[in-house]
Amino acid sequence: MKKISFLGLVAAVGLTAGMVSAATLDDVKARGNLNCGVSGGAPGFATVDDNGKNVGFDVDYCRALASAIFGDPMAVKFVPLTSAVRFTALAAGEVDILARNTTWTYSRDTDLKQTFLGVNYYDGQGFMVKKDLGVSSTLELDGATVCIQVGTTTELNLADYFKENGMSYEPVPTADNAESQQQYLAGACDTYTTDASALHGTRVNLENPDDHLVLPEIISKEPLGPLVRHGDDQWADIGRWVLNALVIAEEKGITQANIDSWKDTKDAEIHRLLGTGDTDILAMMGMPKNALYNAIKAGGNYGEIFENNLGATSGINIERGVNASWTKGGILYSPPFR
Amino acid sequence: MSSSSFPEEKFRWGMLLSDTRYRGTSLQVITFIVFVAVFFWLVDNTLKNLALLGKDVSFDFLWIRAGYDINQRLIPYTNDSTHAMAALVGILNTLLCAFVGCIIATILGVFVGILRLSKNWIVAKLMSVYIEGFRNVPVLLWIVMVFALLTEFTPAPKAFKGANPEASMFLFDSIAITNRGTYFPAPVWGEGSIWLLIVFFLSVFAVLTLKRHSTKVKRATGKDLPTFWISILLLVAPVVAVYFFLGKPITLNYPFLKGFNFKEGIHLRNSFIALTLALALYTSAFIAEIVRAGILAISKGQTEAAASLGMRPNKIMNLIILPQALRVIVPPLISNYLNLTKNSSLAIAVGYMDVRGTLGGITLNQTGRELESMLLLMGFYLSVSLLISSVINFYNRSFQIVVR
Repeated sequence: MKKISFLGLVAAVGLTAGMVSAATLDDVKARGNLNCGVSGGAPGFATVDDNGKNVGFDVDYCRALASAIFGDPMAVKFVPLTSAVRFTALAAGEVDILARNTTWTYSRDTDLKQTFLGVNYYDGQGFMVKKDLGVSSTLELDGATVCIQVGTTTELNLADYFKENGMSYEPVPTADNAESQQQYLAGACDTYTTDASALHGTRVNLENPDDHLVLPEIISKEPLGPLVRHGDDQWADIGRWVLNALVIAEEKGITQANIDSWKDTKDAEIHRLLGTGDTDILAMMGMPKNALYNAIKAGGNYGEIFENNLGATSGINIERGVNASWTKGGILYSPPFR
Repeated sequence: MSSSSFPEEKFRWGMLLSDTRYRGTSLQVITFIVFVAVFFWLVDNTLKNLALLGKDVSFDFLWIRAGYDINQRLIPYTNDSTHAMAALVGILNTLLCAFVGCIIATILGVFVGILRLSKNWIVAKLMSVYIEGFRNVPVLLWIVMVFALLTEFTPAPKAFKGANPEASMFLFDSIAITNRGTYFPAPVWGEGSIWLLIVFFLSVFAVLTLKRHSTKVKRATGKDLPTFWISILLLVAPVVAVYFFLGKPITLNYPFLKGFNFKEGIHLRNSFIALTLALALYTSAFIAEIVRAGILAISKGQTEAAASLGMRPNKIMNLIILPQALRVIVPPLISNYLNLTKNSSLAIAVGYMDVRGTLGGITLNQTGRELESMLLLMGFYLSVSLLISSVINFYNRSFQIVVR
């Protein structure tokens, strides 16, 4: 009987894979809200503020998407996911889209059957140390104890980086950012490594931010972006073009405040984007004419979302750097909207 | 033909359900068919849904490079090893924790269980508090609690640095307790240490023979031979003599602070200590209750009869009560060992890299093979559990009353 009950369990595990419909947009519309998978607590990217409201860079992207679909940026249910369960949750249909500072990699794209919609933040892996450790470069970290979140690409980069440089280290695996932070503060590890953006976000929220230092070296490419399941191209297109619309809006200078003042512009792309012209090209992906207008209206253009969550306005003070628009020396570049 | 007045009834299909002669069997057959049908539906549904997601079931991922490092390794492993090796490292870590945990839990459990029956009011009540405290709080909380105590209230390795360090090592600078773990001196097996090992095993054999002899004498004459001090002497004297004769072949490798951490020596990580200790403390509370129940199950007449023969209380416990109580104690003990082993999968809470952390954690995440990893994990826990219960059942059989 033991054997049989074991096989039964196997089947039960399989069932949790659940029925995932191919037409995600219809499901979302029928449900009346978007289910968006975000981080449980990544300052700047997805946190809950003092009033219980979800805020953050990834949160604002989901709000833009919800606004495009429903015209209501609040029609989102945020599902906090650990880095370990995020892909399972997406594959099982628990969330419609994953915007959880997730690195776009080849194997995640192909083997995990995910579709990345683009890059919304060009990140890289960094290290944070306490200043009194007396370390100013990652190359001085030979023999250090390193706190690291399990199941992330940072874990693999760390192994490669230390090997390349002939250094040894002792990993201290942790489940999430909060636990890493706690271990790091308790001194159970010498340094905490994760995406540099998250380190900056974490640092400003520490009790004495000035006692801590994010080391200058960036040891990897971490292009972060939202992603959806394989198999629903229409849904992927919608997510991708909402992201692109936010980037184009910044290029064109369309902001949350001035979005209604473009009716007389001579720029045809703006008319196509905001749905103010005669042609309705948004029907091509099955969306209403003003969908992207609503998306930009929700939280502003890419630049505004960045400033509010990661830049000077937020207190985290991350420079735009490579994440600036290509017109301003960055590498953020959207395909043309036509 | 009998002359009975009941006519021989002809078989009808309806009788399968109405006739008590067939009903039992036919209901079982129906249940079985329904069970098999549901089971196949579940498997079929799983495979179909996986196919819909574009996923296949494959275990090839076990043979590709793992790419991540594991801090506690009982076998050689680097990030160039395969996922299968990583799983094996995790399995050994799980088994280590379960093994050490079960031993500590048993020793503690037996002590606490007996002491709870003590006539000394304070001792008995203290043991009650211990048992109720550990038994009624979820084990996960105890694990996190022990870990928090270990990391928050012990000094960082840095505190050992400098001319006037804030913290110092214990026992002639041999043991360092830090918030990253405890470092012990590691023995270095020099040339000739094999002889030491042989002598030691011979001593153990001699002690066992002595014990058997004394039992025999006791059964024949009732006399107690003084074995305790002789055993100690037998164990220690030859080993010490050979140790000096061979010129101290075993040396100790002391841990010392270098760079960020202590180097050399044996490093017991806090994650391991916290997990094993918390699991052992928690399980020992259950074992204590089992031991108490086992002792109480032995009729009071046994104690009184032994006492009237002039036996001392500790002799009564060791010779009369415990051997009989074992029969009651061992079967529920198995399930507690199994629980401890299975509870060790909570290791990720303190970042201990057990098999749930490697195969079911990092490997699962890096490869995205959830179903396969979970199947392997379940298979592992199932076989370990079955193995433990069959071994202890075998041991248990030697205690049972032989009914002729």
